[in-house]
Amino acid sequence: MAIVTESKKACAVNPLKMSQPLGAAYAFMGLESCMPLMHGSQGCTSFGLVLLVRHFKEAIPLQTTAMNETTTIMGGYENLEKALVNIRSRAKPRIIGICSTGLTETKGDDVEAFITLAHQKHPELADTQVVYVSTPDWAGAFQDGWAKAVTKLVSTLPKQGLPKRPRCVNVLPGAHLTPGDLEELRELIEAFGLRPAFVPDVSGSLDGHIPDDWLGHTLGGTPLQDMEELGGAIHTLAIGEQMRPAAQALQARCGVPFTVYERVTGLTATDAFIHQLSQLSGRDVPAKIRRQRSQLVDAMLDGHFHFGNKKVALAAEPDLLWAAGMMLHEMGAELAVAVTTTQSPLLERLPTNEVVIGDLEDFERLAQAAGCDLLMTHSHGRQAAERLDKPLFRIGIPMFDRIGNAHKCYAGYRGSRNFIYEVGNLLMDHLPHHGPNDWPLPAASRLAAAGTHAHPSTSDDKLAGASA
Amino acid sequence: MSATLKAKIEEVFDEPGCEINQAKSAKERKKGCTKQLAPGAAAGGCAFDGAKIALQPIVDVAHLVHGPIACEGNSWDNRHSASSGPQIYRTGFTTDINELDVIYGAEKRLFKAIREIVEKQDPPAIFVYQTCVTGLIGDDIEVVCKRATEKFGKPVIPVNAPGFAGPKNLGNKLGAEALLDYVIGTMEPEHSTPYDINIIGEYNLVGELWQVRPLLDALGIRIQSCICGDGRYAQIASAHRARANMMVCSKSMINVATKMQQRWGIPYFEGSFYGISDMSNTLREIARLLVAQGAPAELQDRTEALIAVEETRAWGRIRAYRERLAGKKVLLITGGVKSWSVVSALQEAGLEVVGTSVKKSTKEDKQKIVEIMGADADAHMIDDLSPRQMYAMLRDAKADIMLSGGRSQFVALKARMPWMDINQERHHAFAGYEGMVTMVAEIDKALFNPMWREVRTPAPWEQIDPLLAAGAAIPAFQAAA
Repeated sequence: MAIVTESKKACAVNPLKMSQPLGAAYAFMGLESCMPLMHGSQGCTSFGLVLLVRHFKEAIPLQTTAMNETTTIMGGYENLEKALVNIRSRAKPRIIGICSTGLTETKGDDVEAFITLAHQKHPELADTQVVYVSTPDWAGAFQDGWAKAVTKLVSTLPKQGLPKRPRCVNVLPGAHLTPGDLEELRELIEAFGLRPAFVPDVSGSLDGHIPDDWLGHTLGGTPLQDMEELGGAIHTLAIGEQMRPAAQALQARCGVPFTVYERVTGLTATDAFIHQLSQLSGRDVPAKIRRQRSQLVDAMLDGHFHFGNKKVALAAEPDLLWAAGMMLHEMGAELAVAVTTTQSPLLERLPTNEVVIGDLEDFERLAQAAGCDLLMTHSHGRQAAERLDKPLFRIGIPMFDRIGNAHKCYAGYRGSRNFIYEVGNLLMDHLPHHGPNDWPLPAASRLAAAGTHAHPSTSDDKLAGASA
Repeated sequence: MSATLKAKIEEVFDEPGCEINQAKSAKERKKGCTKQLAPGAAAGGCAFDGAKIALQPIVDVAHLVHGPIACEGNSWDNRHSASSGPQIYRTGFTTDINELDVIYGAEKRLFKAIREIVEKQDPPAIFVYQTCVTGLIGDDIEVVCKRATEKFGKPVIPVNAPGFAGPKNLGNKLGAEALLDYVIGTMEPEHSTPYDINIIGEYNLVGELWQVRPLLDALGIRIQSCICGDGRYAQIASAHRARANMMVCSKSMINVATKMQQRWGIPYFEGSFYGISDMSNTLREIARLLVAQGAPAELQDRTEALIAVEETRAWGRIRAYRERLAGKKVLLITGGVKSWSVVSALQEAGLEVVGTSVKKSTKEDKQKIVEIMGADADAHMIDDLSPRQMYAMLRDAKADIMLSGGRSQFVALKARMPWMDINQERHHAFAGYEGMVTMVAEIDKALFNPMWREVRTPAPWEQIDPLLAAGAAIPAFQAAA
């Protein structure tokens, strides 16, 4: 339905996109006792770290190989080796997740070989799992980095030939799901007596809890053992199109069948998810969940007055764009502008004329041209919202000017209900208040009313006053 | 009930402008013109509500409610009567009387409240509304207002329409009486022209007056005062210098029109801004009356020229929806003028009106319905539809959309049927030529929202949606108060 175009500009202005290695590092943050490590210069890590700290208001474990000009040219082995040894001795994580960056990829470091070499030289590293994912900054976007990291995890760590464990399911959530979304999904899955293993699980590590101890690595998240046992699950539920490669990789390695859910926001979308849980578990849908469904239907009825024909400009990564965009469409809003960061098979199916792979300058220009009533993107949309004098609904990462971002929940029936109420209330705050000059007469009508005769009301002043 | 209020109600019930009323015997007339409310089966506002609705659109004055917190606290700032300037009318002022006030009387509190408003806000006038409790304990707001007017040197207007005096419609008239007794004719306009009119009973909901005003502006017709939408105290106080009056919205403020005719010889006509032919007839009538009152006759020619251009433009815009809306069935649950005035626009857009409620319509309204809908109009006139019947009608898809007031919306929504607000709580302006186009556009928007397909999809684990299954027990609905 939609034409997907890539912005032809040489200069991206007000970027929407964040980099691949940060997405990969974010995925590693959803593993228990993990230290994400960026193989690049200090700045690569520092910017990403600050961005996530401001979004989650949490201490973020993220290390760097601290490459400089010389080490880059000479090869980064020594820095990587030192980093692994230092992290092993200081933070003592069970797993170190390495992501490459633009710098080291441009140089062409063979990181896999470095890791083998380091393990040979340092027997003390034997108790530390090291996973490497190639994520050059100059390709893809945040959700691609996340997807690559998860794919790498599930295609290397799970043990093969494990016996099936009934009631166990794997969940591979996309980068667009918040800790709050994951908690909601876990509750829904557990309501059917199923035991979900989330990979990764940022709801365990970045949900803003107060830990009992201070540790240098991640606190909470998917335990290494759970990842090793993924092959025993009866089914894999992948949430978001970005997770399809990971689900395929897990199936190839361990033979676990999978289903990809393009989204779990929206009534019929959630219906499909719940229906499968019912079938996998052989249990009826619990009364509590039926009630939640009914509440969502009511929220849609109450909310549709405020969404109908509203023009929305939405900029987000593909899977979030799809989830929010389809929900808006189903509520009667018009997805007038859609801007995203990277390719996805979902884009051309969005109910809009054009999806632009571009930046927030494109977003602002298109939103203005379309006369949008509402802007929806991450916090960097605030300048555009100010300039266009339109409300901004914040969605995605980063949301540095809001608190409680970890607990935003737009998944499942309750999450969809939240979305409708939050967006609906914002739209209600901006109902147009009519003024005396909102319905001017066209010139033809004014001329007719002025008549052919000379009359006081035909003077230009009077006409201007009447129609201004 | 005080003797003065009793006398006032009798006076209001003796309405020379109403044929039905004049046909009654003196004894029948005393009973009033509204049906007695049935305890346990009543819905609708009280006289205080009616008076407040009628007068609150005066935007530059303070509206002070003398009574316990319920009367103002539970109802303030809940209508969309728009202002082009002052906002003080939206501030909730109430004496919020307590138990001791009930025992000892609350007149002193009222006087102090008036003083506080004068000191803090200094509006051009203050309207004081009587309520049931303060009426019952015998607070004399007329005396307090008289004293306050003298003391503070500005008009303090008593509005004696306590809730227990009767229904909302009576309150509209009692509110209007306050204007006749204390406001209209007390000031002189800065200047006047042969093209000056008053519009009576128009509340400028969601700015509807502004959909009509450009038409009058273009013709050179001046609105001396609107009673009371976007109204200003000084304009209403000098309303008696207008050349003609238009009375909007059936009979709710007919006493203003008839008494202004008696006192100042201002002729009036009854018109409507709802519906295209009604808008045109209204413009024609205004021009006719002004010319009869001495304005140059060419006004009528210019009016006809404007009507021709604007009607063509509106019909053209409405016809654009025809293909999408053709054959869709509408259930119209409203009352009075709207029971027929919007029907022709709906029909022009290709919609079929399967029912229109006539509970609050007059005999003339019903006659109009017959004119517009033809021989089988009777079959489509619904006198009193219970929420249960409405629900059944919608569920059985005898209608595709219901247009009604906010109270009955949940009947439609819970049946997962489109609904649109056409009464006072609505957010869209439906007046004049512009308004009819907006209304059709809004119906189109409601009908084609993809949300309906979603919410009617049964859960995959259910074969048939229990709510939509034919023959399922109808849940009991209570009209929201």
